[in-house]
Amino acid sequence: MDQRSPRNRLYTGLFFVGLFASWVAFSGLLDAFHLALGVVSCGIVTWLSADLLFDDRTQPLSWRIRQGWRLLGYVGWLLGQVVLANVFVFKLAIAGRRSLQPQIIRHRTTLQSDFEKFLFANSITLTPGTVTMKILGDDYFVHAIDDVSAAGLGGEMERRIARIFEPPGR
Amino acid sequence: MIFSLLGGLLIVAGLVFFFGAALGLLRFPDFYSRMHAAGKGDTLSSLLVVIGFALHELHDFSSFTHDWPTILVILKLSAIVVFIFLTSPTSTSALMDAGWEDGVEPVIEPGRPNVLRDDTEAR
Repeated sequence: MDQRSPRNRLYTGLFFVGLFASWVAFSGLLDAFHLALGVVSCGIVTWLSADLLFDDRTQPLSWRIRQGWRLLGYVGWLLGQVVLANVFVFKLAIAGRRSLQPQIIRHRTTLQSDFEKFLFANSITLTPGTVTMKILGDDYFVHAIDDVSAAGLGGEMERRIARIFEPPGR
Repeated sequence: MIFSLLGGLLIVAGLVFFFGAALGLLRFPDFYSRMHAAGKGDTLSSLLVVIGFALHELHDFSSFTHDWPTILVILKLSAIVVFIFLTSPTSTSALMDAGWEDGVEPVIEPGRPNVLRDDTEAR
């Protein structure tokens, strides 16, 4: 990665602005002394770790914004799934042992980037009846609590995640 | 008033789901299925309770434009919500993986797959 490319400077600037906004929100003190402390701290953190986030900096900013927007939509959908998951656990807890068919299954994913994989693993854990146990390469090892949730793994969720990050014009 | 009521409602809903999680924790047969109850129940219930706190802090609509200290409290509570949502499922997976690596035997329904064991035997 070219450290001195202008786009990199843009990301560094955004990183600093984001940090400083959280500083102001969390401190709540707007006098010169505390703001100066904030500038110094955020500056040091930016200098040390600005290249931790967003490894692919060749993407234009407009893609990032579009992805962020779609990600928000996805999180909204996921929250609905979380509610369903809890209702499901509640039902199983009341029905007891006989309604469970615990099993560990494999799911091979087509998702590529680390962030997509992280998002997919967390989504599996949050949706009804399935928890990610392990990821080795493209293989997800998933503990499913009954047959129905084992059969419903992947599918729509994986497509939704792939759609968040696909480049525009496709 | 309306916000307090709504906040209270969310907190109660969170407690109900916490109860469901606790029930599952007690009744499920093994470590792995118990993590289902703990991991999912924890996420939603903590979210509901913390969002309930945030709504409870808002007194009426003028809080949005005039009551800066309250806005700051709500921003902090929202940060907690975001971090719970990110970390809770991840720690659930980490615990299940650690359990497997440590040799905790899962209860598997007869006739259903346990691909993790098959892979270990193949190796």
